[in-house]
Amino acid sequence: MKMSEAEKIAYRRDARRGIDDECLQGGLQRIQNHFGKGAMRYWGEMADDGLRDRVKHSRMETLENLDVVLAMLADNIEEAGGHVYYARTAEDATDYCRRVAKKNEVSSVIKGKSMISAEIGLDAALEAEGIAVTETDLGEFVIQLAEDKPSHIIAPCIHLDRQRIGRLFQEKLDIPYSDEPPVLTQAARRALRKIMLEADMGITGCNFAVAETGKISLVSNEGNIRMSTTMPRIHLALMGIERTAATMSDHQGMLQLLTRGATLQKLSTYVSFVGGPRRPGDPDGPEEFHLVMIDNGRSRILADQEFREVLACIRCGACLNICPVYGKIGGHAYNSPYPGPIGAVVSPLLFGINRYADLCKGESLCGACLDVCPVKIDLPRLLLALRRKLAYGDPAWQTRKHKRTEAMVFRLWRALIASGPLYRLALRCAGILQKPFISETGMIKKMAGPASAWTRDRDLPPLASEPFSGRWKKKYRQAAAKGPSEVDNG
Amino acid sequence: MHTKVTLFVQCLVDSIYPRVGEAMVEVLRRLKVPLEYPADQTCCGQPAFNAGYTREARAAARRFVRIFESAEAIVCPSGSCVQMVRHHYPELFVDESIDYRMRVKAVGNRCYEFSEYLTEVLGVVNIGASFPAKVTYHDSCHLLRGLGIGEQPRKLLRHVEGLQLVEMDDSDVCCGFGGTFSVNYPEISTAMVDAKIDNIVATGADYVTGCDVSCLMNIEGRLSRRNLGVKVIHIAEILASRGGHEDE
Repeated sequence: MKMSEAEKIAYRRDARRGIDDECLQGGLQRIQNHFGKGAMRYWGEMADDGLRDRVKHSRMETLENLDVVLAMLADNIEEAGGHVYYARTAEDATDYCRRVAKKNEVSSVIKGKSMISAEIGLDAALEAEGIAVTETDLGEFVIQLAEDKPSHIIAPCIHLDRQRIGRLFQEKLDIPYSDEPPVLTQAARRALRKIMLEADMGITGCNFAVAETGKISLVSNEGNIRMSTTMPRIHLALMGIERTAATMSDHQGMLQLLTRGATLQKLSTYVSFVGGPRRPGDPDGPEEFHLVMIDNGRSRILADQEFREVLACIRCGACLNICPVYGKIGGHAYNSPYPGPIGAVVSPLLFGINRYADLCKGESLCGACLDVCPVKIDLPRLLLALRRKLAYGDPAWQTRKHKRTEAMVFRLWRALIASGPLYRLALRCAGILQKPFISETGMIKKMAGPASAWTRDRDLPPLASEPFSGRWKKKYRQAAAKGPSEVDNG
Repeated sequence: MHTKVTLFVQCLVDSIYPRVGEAMVEVLRRLKVPLEYPADQTCCGQPAFNAGYTREARAAARRFVRIFESAEAIVCPSGSCVQMVRHHYPELFVDESIDYRMRVKAVGNRCYEFSEYLTEVLGVVNIGASFPAKVTYHDSCHLLRGLGIGEQPRKLLRHVEGLQLVEMDDSDVCCGFGGTFSVNYPEISTAMVDAKIDNIVATGADYVTGCDVSCLMNIEGRLSRRNLGVKVIHIAEILASRGGHEDE
């Protein structure tokens, strides 16, 4: 699913599919009611109410010094015997992974959950070389078996229920049908364990990379990360360049907010710190360790003051769990490894603002994402900034004007509202034109042109026969001018 | 004597819901607040701003500042318009002279949402209104999250004689209006307003109220299409009524 600038994504079509998918709706409701509301509640009650601001501050500080911090990280990894590669593009990154795999005659790769691997299209690139790729995160494993795509950052198969997963396992893992979670988990465990023991290479993402210690941290609840990072001969970790913490103390705050924001956990079951090959005397660990720092458009975001803030994201998914739009359409409509409010900002910036125009515009700007974000990223502000690019175009972002008719409407609107008399004249004309459309209930049930989108599912109250301005003139103006004592006549 | 209030009547109130503007006038007059209404006002620019058309929004903002600059207090029956003037106007003029930016900020600081002005500036919670009905309250997004106004309108409603305030589930979840969003993505908007309506209906309320007619128009439009009997009313209309409310 590598991203190209090719065609515009089918946001509306896929949103409709999501809305009509009952199984998805159930999953979305559960996750939003539990995790989204839970995170909001927790932020309101947490004892250390300055933590979110402190972490945000340290995130922004790290981003402002990212070159230095990344260099320190690379130095420390190399000192421990690891390899570091800076990949400018997705192709660059997948080429490097392929080279490492080929050099080491890898035939089987096991993966920890990693969104950036989807961003760069890694699975397809490895499979094209004849390498078997297996996801070891339970949710991702289900997605892989179903030949589906993740629909949530943290809970990739939230759109499937246990009955569907039961049928999938029955077919693909050749087990008797069951929809009991323990039975299904055991089946996945058995299937995965065998593959894990035989794999030559483990590929993981990176929750955070700590420059000070040269270690990357990986958060999991299933233990699959430990196996993927220690058992195969090679461990290769992929990271977006922004996922960096300068110090362990910065990291501590980020980790606290990550697990709370994502799953309301004080701490995940496992947190692994890795960052180098096995040292003499170590009981386990890989022979080789590679860290691939992936830019793929991030330095452009970093360089733009207006958008830099979005790189502070710690990928907890809390914004998905609160967003009323995501809560209705689900993750697939976003057509990106990064769905939900964060995806609506990051995907256009990484993969093309015009191509992802519908993500920039397809939100109601309710602001819940800002409130729930552990690091208070102002996603509504960023969406507005993206809309501005679409309104006027911006060569610096290779962005073209999105809709000429819309631009014309707003130019016309500007002329109308610039003059009180003209505005009122236009209202009067509209008041006359609307008459044939008013139904016997007093509401407008059907309109023409672009306004018909409103009356598709809703009625519209008609324009009043006399606007407030006229009523004021007739009823109140004189009385109001006389002073308060004389106008108090009930 | 009270500070004179300059009425900022949101374009949707002016054109579609003038009765809301009149109700606001009634309430403020009852409290002996001197009023004025600059007849030249049109729109604050929010529709353009939210769609990304900053230049057009800036033209509207400049005009608004000119018209309202001399006002001592500006009161508007809409949270999102106040949020626009108070919080977004300053963002529109970051490239202007410091002097102009101060002027813009000053106008924003004198601009209040109606329920906010009553409770926090005038210090009134009981207007002597009477509205015998079961009412549920919808928190509009920009009002609640942008201006932090959620308790104020509820306080006012609790002091209305005969009014039974029942909370709906997820009262703070967006109704799906979102300006041009509702027209550009009608299927998503409808799914959102349907969830809102299900929560409204579940309360058994006769009325749903709120402080923003844009949300209320969206909810009303969908209620009407679904032939549901719940009525939609702006908080100013409730506060203006005395005794047996008349149905329109």
